[in-house]
Amino acid sequence: MQATDISLETTINLTVNGAPQAITVDVRTSLLDLLRERLHLSGTKKGCDHGQCGACTVHVNGRRVTSCLTLAVMHDGAEITTIEGLGTPDNLHPMQAAFVACDGYQCGYCTSGQIMSAVALLKEPCGPDDAAVKELMSGNICRCGAYANIVAAIQQVRKNT
Amino acid sequence: MHTFEFVRPADSAAAVVTAAQAKTAQQGADVRFVAGGTTLLDLMKLNVETPARVIDINRLPLDKIEATADGGLKIGATVRNSDLAHYPTVERDYAVLSQALLAGASAQLRNMATTAGNLLQRTRCVYFRDTAMPCNKREPGTGCPAITGANRVLAILGTSEHCIATNPSDMCIAMAALEATIHVQGANGARAIPIGDFHLLPGSTPNRETVLEPGDLVTHVTLPPPVAGSRQLYLKLRDRTSYEFALASSAVVITVAGGRVTRARVALGGVGTKPWRSLEAEAALVGQPANQANFRNAAEAALRDAKPQSENAFKIELAKRCLTYALQLATA
Repeated sequence: MQATDISLETTINLTVNGAPQAITVDVRTSLLDLLRERLHLSGTKKGCDHGQCGACTVHVNGRRVTSCLTLAVMHDGAEITTIEGLGTPDNLHPMQAAFVACDGYQCGYCTSGQIMSAVALLKEPCGPDDAAVKELMSGNICRCGAYANIVAAIQQVRKNT
Repeated sequence: MHTFEFVRPADSAAAVVTAAQAKTAQQGADVRFVAGGTTLLDLMKLNVETPARVIDINRLPLDKIEATADGGLKIGATVRNSDLAHYPTVERDYAVLSQALLAGASAQLRNMATTAGNLLQRTRCVYFRDTAMPCNKREPGTGCPAITGANRVLAILGTSEHCIATNPSDMCIAMAALEATIHVQGANGARAIPIGDFHLLPGSTPNRETVLEPGDLVTHVTLPPPVAGSRQLYLKLRDRTSYEFALASSAVVITVAGGRVTRARVALGGVGTKPWRSLEAEAALVGQPANQANFRNAAEAALRDAKPQSENAFKIELAKRCLTYALQLATA
């Protein structure tokens, strides 16, 4: 048996949107709070803070997770992608462009989480029809009810790739 | 959230030694393992869980799925629910498990949640989750306001006068029908626990939900070899089509030969205080013609001891229809 590390505060190394970061955090810090409050990447939203709404969805090592329900310290060495790392205003990711083209939002609060989920969905097992997309997008709640256009945007991207 | 020491053990033995210092491994544990965190961190934010130490087991080598020597499957504690659901052997030979996993939570949560975490998933009873309310499970002896309160989604099987909280897991229901075994490394060595013996009925100690003791680390789950010719199905009924806990669900693993049921394993979700294997339904099925009337008889047998709460009598008929339809679909 080897020694065990114990700490209330710890320094972690992350790659966020391609940029290496070394940051010391209180162990209680959620990945979401690290992104928003420490790295000032406020595109990722806090909705429920309990993993129920999906507004905080980011990619960890290419897979979508709710960043509110995971501790930053659990992701030492991980690659994180947020909405800021997906595209730029001049060079939108195809999913971002499709959300614009299909009017896949109203107030916009859930949109970054919707888009991060939708981009991850492209690499997941998903049937061809709208019902399959709806099932795999059910972890992202839209209070404005833009669901029909969100599904249309995702299907447009899937059709063109 | 209360602060805690974050512990990264070098190996499973170190994790067990640290966890063995806990006063209890049940509700109120001062030491907790974290894997996906989807239950634990949720409850820590609500101050329902306030561990002084959190042991991160994500870097331990518990994330593999492997064939066992007897032709079964070994599933590591930290295998993510999404990886397990889409593992080819699981999709092919243990379809009921794949279906159950994909019926649970959301795609994001399934990417985080783990095998061991799902085994230890906590109830969604609103009184348990609200520290302003009494709850015998959270604070023994304070009472159960659910019995006279909001109990529409709570249990009708296995309840006691102290607790009627539902076990929320889908995965465990499939594992009950597959007769999974839980493997634990503890302060006194390793042991194997049949899933039917792993969860406890609430009785007068609803704070005790499993047989786990301080130091016990679930390392993996094994499934017996698939039963040749068996049909499997998980059917989940809920208020929404997706991303909702079961009001009633059924996991069935059934073999039919010459029109008669030769073997049946049945478990019910959304209705029990623990993952609810129904030996009564199985006994009612075996040897009988595989038809609607006998499926309904089995469902009647499964729910014979059901005790409705003030708001959920509908669950009795719903669970019967769920099981009857699941058997019909599985054998069609």
